Amino acid sequence: MDQITQTPVLEQHKENVETKQERLSPINKRRWENFKRHRRGYWSLWIFSILFVLSLGAELVANNKPFFVSYDGKSYYPIFQFYPETTFGGDFETEANYRDPEVQRLIKEKNGYMVWPVIPFHYSTINYDVPTPAPSKPTWMYTEEECKVAVSKKLDAKSCRDLDQNWLGTDTAARDVTARMIYGFRISVVFGLTLTILSSIIGIAAGAVQGYFGGWVDLTFQRFIEIWTSIPTLYVLLIVAAVLPQGFFILLGILLLFSWTSLVGVVRAEFLRTRNFEYVQAARALGVSNSVLMYRHILPNAMVATLTFMPFILSGSVMTLTALDYLGYGLPPGSPSLGELLNQGRNNLQAPWLGITGFFTVAILLTLLIFIGEAIRDAFDPRKTFS
Amino acid sequence: MSGAALLEIKDFSVAFRQGERETLAVDRISFDIKKGETVAVVGESGSGKSVTGLSVLRLLPPSAHHPSGEVLFQGRDLLKLSEREMRGVRGNDITMVFQEPMTSLNPLHTIGQQILEMLEVHRGMRGEEARNRVIELLTEVGIPTPEERLGSYPHQLSGGQRQRVMIALALANEPELFIADEPTTALDVTVQAQILKLLKELQGRLGMAMLFITHDLNIVRKIADRVCVMKQGKIVEQGLVEEIFRNPQHPYTKALLAAEPKVQPAPPQPDAPMMISTDNLKVWYPIKRGLFKKTVGHIKAVDGVTLKVRRGETLGVVGESGSGKTTLGLALLRLISSDGPIVFLGKPIQGLKFKAMRPFRRDMQIVFQDPYGSLSPRMSITDIVSEGLRVHQPQMSAEERDQRAAAALKDVGLDPATRHRYPHEFSGGQRQRIAVARAMVLEPSFVVLDEPTSALDMLVQSQIVDLLRDLQKKRELTYLFISHDLRVVAALASHVMVMKNGKIVEQGPAEKLFKSPESDYTRALFAAAFSLEAAQAGAVSE
Repeated sequence: MDQITQTPVLEQHKENVETKQERLSPINKRRWENFKRHRRGYWSLWIFSILFVLSLGAELVANNKPFFVSYDGKSYYPIFQFYPETTFGGDFETEANYRDPEVQRLIKEKNGYMVWPVIPFHYSTINYDVPTPAPSKPTWMYTEEECKVAVSKKLDAKSCRDLDQNWLGTDTAARDVTARMIYGFRISVVFGLTLTILSSIIGIAAGAVQGYFGGWVDLTFQRFIEIWTSIPTLYVLLIVAAVLPQGFFILLGILLLFSWTSLVGVVRAEFLRTRNFEYVQAARALGVSNSVLMYRHILPNAMVATLTFMPFILSGSVMTLTALDYLGYGLPPGSPSLGELLNQGRNNLQAPWLGITGFFTVAILLTLLIFIGEAIRDAFDPRKTFS
Repeated sequence: MSGAALLEIKDFSVAFRQGERETLAVDRISFDIKKGETVAVVGESGSGKSVTGLSVLRLLPPSAHHPSGEVLFQGRDLLKLSEREMRGVRGNDITMVFQEPMTSLNPLHTIGQQILEMLEVHRGMRGEEARNRVIELLTEVGIPTPEERLGSYPHQLSGGQRQRVMIALALANEPELFIADEPTTALDVTVQAQILKLLKELQGRLGMAMLFITHDLNIVRKIADRVCVMKQGKIVEQGLVEEIFRNPQHPYTKALLAAEPKVQPAPPQPDAPMMISTDNLKVWYPIKRGLFKKTVGHIKAVDGVTLKVRRGETLGVVGESGSGKTTLGLALLRLISSDGPIVFLGKPIQGLKFKAMRPFRRDMQIVFQDPYGSLSPRMSITDIVSEGLRVHQPQMSAEERDQRAAAALKDVGLDPATRHRYPHEFSGGQRQRIAVARAMVLEPSFVVLDEPTSALDMLVQSQIVDLLRDLQKKRELTYLFISHDLRVVAALASHVMVMKNGKIVEQGPAEKLFKSPESDYTRALFAAAFSLEAAQAGAVSE
């Protein structure tokens, strides 16, 4: 008790004169502290960041080309450079297929060796040496009896363990599920992030204009949004899919047409509230123009509500992409996507590794995003106290 | 029980926990209140006076705790009572009235229901008996035609009437102790005088004890028997009111008593060039009804105001809230649309577009009332102050702007080294200085001051008044000073204009107007402001 009563009271009345200027303003520092104190969200952020960074380098983790080839005393880096098969003494001018036993034999003959990524498959690599017809189960589940044929085809292989491992089995086209999962994770997150950022920019701009000007602008825009959001997105997608080729950017564009409305309401409300504050009046009295007023004076104060929403929009975008892929109206056929994996899992119940992998990847990804979102929401909540 | 203390606070502390930090808000205070006595606790904001009041009823948030002391009410330690026993004390033995009458009443229930509920919970009164008691209470607090008012919702009452209802609620169960936490701060001076009169009368009639929390020493002098002066959580002095006012001991009390703003208004300048003038200026808001939004009438916020201000003068605009003072200020700066010519520095500015107005904005600036709301919380001080330079001198380099901002901050008495901080790190008075610096950095010639001192503590108020006066002298500034606080207006204004319902009631040189006001309204305003006397019914709003 003594210790408490000794402390000088009431910080706000102290004229503290130290003049250190910090990069983070104190309020942001407090938010970061609050975020860190939200253990679940903090760990989720770390796990998500690590997974995302790893998946960004997916070509180095899962690929059908080796990192490094030593051939005839010289070094080659097939992941980063194109080498025709003739480089290694083959017959064709096309790129060497390093998974081909023939190419492997040629390299080995000249005292060469290859260093492979952890998963020696690209998402599009078809494994022709699966022991049983595709979808084939994870390699480590096969008995020696079952993989005898596959072993005989592979250079220097003696048992099942020497085969290229499909850790999570293969899909219906004999492509490695692990590789497809990694690439699918990446495309989902990148798609989600791009969609979130683009729709946030449009949504914030639209909301800002409506809230700031109010009156007729607001009224007209609001009615327009009401009509716009009542257009069923899925049908539009079906129609567009029939006319335009499927592709990442076309899909992004169509979804963007409908997703930008999600932030408009929040931003509009914040602007409506803030535009009557005295500091906005004061800036207007200084002669500050409308656009500067919106961008420099009001927007920073409206960002808290916006940022709080973003993680949830991100998870929503990921979910939309997965759903569309599942229905077959998403990314072009052959793309590594989690939705397509789930669809295959549904069609091949005898191959549970497909469904299980798809389910857990989507579930973990969404859970991480939701946890991060919760932590951000709490960190920005001024009334939230952690004990 | 006379002689013995009704409430006794002994060696009492309150601390707030925030993360790992402990902040001590109240530091080992002791005082007592006897039956039928009024004790005032006076101090500036943050001195712990409200916390003291709230902790008597144990209404503090869970982050608060009491490192020491006890609160004895009729011999029982309130801090040790269970939550259930505490509920029996609240609203029954001890009641409280808060500062803000706008938010203290539930907007969805009629005032009758709200008082009835109080009677039902604590006394089990129902039906006709309860209804009669409610009417009796409302009559007691001076609500006219209480039978009709029973069914009114809070928004249908004025601020003063709402505060009266709050007092009726507090008195419903004939409490032993009545705690009033700045009950008149949010009200107009005229209404304040009425409420104080009412409280004084009621206390005499009902014989209850009162703990009155305020920052205003004039109220203390008017209403209290004894006073405790609080500073930074400690009681620095306590004693009988007359004695403390006559012979203050502690330097802080002396400073508070001397805090009255000095009366040194700018002299009238009858020969100086005209700064701004209007002729029959009107701000009318149309009332629209029906499907086609037909205009059926107008709310006349400013109705036919003609004024002339010469360079170097200060025009004080006074009136109750809702009289159109602020609207007039905004209209003069062309921040809201109005009708009627405005001539600024010899040029007509009425009807100019926003862009065409921009060159004039250098010369006309405004300082707002609320130092918390008028600074953007996400801009550093230097950014806030130099914003005007970005608009009006875009060719200026960032460094030069920063220098000018630093100089402006120095002019208003702030340390320029603090300019990279954010507004929340400054106290109310410092923030108001920042707002003044923002207006002054462009070196304007005309500044509208919209209640610049109303949200500030007494001590800080007189500092800001001094600052404004110094700046005016140094730079030959012209002020339009809007305020409901006549003491501050008297300290600064060379001319005074009294407004009521958008119209000018009286206008003239300050000296003459203060000496011999002509209208009843002005006289009532002056009586309320200078001696806290309530006016005859009818002269002012209720």
